Amino acid sequence: MGILEVKNVGKRFGGLQALGNVNLSVAENTVHAIIGPNGAGKSTLLNVLVGKLIPDTGSVMFDGQSVLGRKPHEINQMGISRVFQTPEIFGDLSVLENVMIPCFARRDGSFRMHAFETVSQERDIIDEAEHILNDVNMLDKRDMHAASLSRGDKRRLEMAMCLVQKPRLLLLDEPTAGMARADTNNTIDLLKHIRDTRDITMAIIEHDMHVVFSLAERITVLAQGTPLVEDTPENIKGHPKVKEAYLGEQAQE
Amino acid sequence: MLGLNKRDTRFLIIVILLTAFTPFLMQPFPEGSAMAQFNGGYPDLMQRVAIFGIFAIGFNILFGLTGYLSFGHAAFLGVGSYSAVWMMKLLSMNIIPGIILAMIMSGLFALLIGWISLRRSGIYFSILTLAFAQMSYNLAYSVLTPLTNGETGLQIRPNDPRILDGENASPYTNLFGLDMSASYKWEVFGHQFTFNTGFYVCAVIAVIAFYISLRIFRSPFGMMLRAVKSNQQRMSYTGLNPRPYTLAAFVISGMYAGLAGGLLASMDPLAGAERMQWTVGGEVVIMTILGGAGTLLGPVLGAGAIKYLENIFSKINDTVLHGWFSALPDGMEDFLVMIIHPFVGKGWHLTLGLLFMLVVTFLPGGLVEGGKRIMGLFKRKPKGEGDDPEHHPQSTPHVAE
Repeated sequence: MGILEVKNVGKRFGGLQALGNVNLSVAENTVHAIIGPNGAGKSTLLNVLVGKLIPDTGSVMFDGQSVLGRKPHEINQMGISRVFQTPEIFGDLSVLENVMIPCFARRDGSFRMHAFETVSQERDIIDEAEHILNDVNMLDKRDMHAASLSRGDKRRLEMAMCLVQKPRLLLLDEPTAGMARADTNNTIDLLKHIRDTRDITMAIIEHDMHVVFSLAERITVLAQGTPLVEDTPENIKGHPKVKEAYLGEQAQE
Repeated sequence: MLGLNKRDTRFLIIVILLTAFTPFLMQPFPEGSAMAQFNGGYPDLMQRVAIFGIFAIGFNILFGLTGYLSFGHAAFLGVGSYSAVWMMKLLSMNIIPGIILAMIMSGLFALLIGWISLRRSGIYFSILTLAFAQMSYNLAYSVLTPLTNGETGLQIRPNDPRILDGENASPYTNLFGLDMSASYKWEVFGHQFTFNTGFYVCAVIAVIAFYISLRIFRSPFGMMLRAVKSNQQRMSYTGLNPRPYTLAAFVISGMYAGLAGGLLASMDPLAGAERMQWTVGGEVVIMTILGGAGTLLGPVLGAGAIKYLENIFSKINDTVLHGWFSALPDGMEDFLVMIIHPFVGKGWHLTLGLLFMLVVTFLPGGLVEGGKRIMGLFKRKPKGEGDDPEHHPQSTPHVAE
């Protein structure tokens, strides 16, 4: 029984069956990659997991509780954090404030009217935020405007914002999309560091095979809305069905 | 002091001093001099500056922090005024019950309107608030006539019950016997300074209102409101529900507006539907942006500047203009008067429009940014003074997506 159990999930947009009949089990403390060609339904699946889309059929259980029908902030409070394809951060706020907000969210829940406390006196929260910034090597940028960071730093900041919540499941949506090689390698190193130092389950949706094969312990291949195979990276590499899905008819010629 | 750090305490003290010395600051020219008509230190104007300052401070908590642009805050101003006048009719000419009810009623009203309007964001939110303001205006103007006295407006009558007031109670608005319209005039070196009770009551409340807004800006709650403006998507996926935060900000700013409305009625005990018209709500938007949205002092400066200029420009008529240019040849004089005429007197809104366009184009951070630029010219390298994001004018004031 995995920490995340997706059973018979289907989703249709008009005439398009985006997800056919998806079954997926993500085991605790593993890095699970979901790959597949364009239009395979990866993003739809991710949006179902975070509560942005409600599937037509099936169930999604996280740690024994259903995720379906809950709002994104409720799902996050259950212990699922998400990293976006383009880093979603609070651009108008400082780097430190960006990391403090998830700390407050974890301590105070989804809403608290703390209008008469003072941010600068929340010593515990500031310490925690500085600690995680140190972990991702960004402590020297703590007072910078988040919008002025480089793309790679924004990614690291977003990662720090997710990690500081100590999530049980971290969902990553193409974390290296559009990155230069050097930034991609930095991100891989950071993710490896996270994988090796924390008790955390990660589900990665990724295009870049280099990223997938350097991180994942399990891989699910999705094609046309249904999972084709699920196996270890070694077995996936040479799998004929995967080649077919990726290369289509060319492979058969 | 008062839960503030050193810098903020100094900031608050400066604001208190500025408020306390308003009668001097707004009366810079000696009586009888040619410049005397630019003096603004009379009670009615000073009261309005303080009251609209409160209105704008509250509006800034919503617009400056969360980016939600409401055009409907005049409705809360109106609700505050009607509530206050009713208290004066029923209970007492003491302004306290009126102000309290004004804040409660406007808070409840804001809860209702905010709960509905905040289902949408951006331009749709603005349009919803605009629609509500117009509905409130029409309700006050005709439908709810028994409550609002329609076109005439709600007024105090000698035969009102006023059950808390005794036989000899003052027939004027007062604070435990202190008459709001009482003034002490001090003449010195040809200057005349007016110290008005009503103004100082408004000023004390304005300073408290400013202090509360300062605390909100520095609080985790204020940080969450800035997060709403910055990225609502990230906020949701960080486990925070943006809705109650925006609703709380909406209700707080609505109560500030109600307080301002209650004070308007306390200074001059009447309430009319025109106070609820959306143009009044538009005025507070202009004040906030002109002064600097998202900054602490900006809204107060904007309110002061607009109310002062409104009074000065409205007073200038053709006779005054002819007086100014009388030294010029006749044709020249008439020509200049003709050019300036549309911008003064009743046409003062034309000047305001031009001023607003200039500020938004060249000083997107408002008067506060202007002040900073001037300071920057005098101060070389203001390094080390830990830059404070709240004091920074936000780039262009924009609406939450």
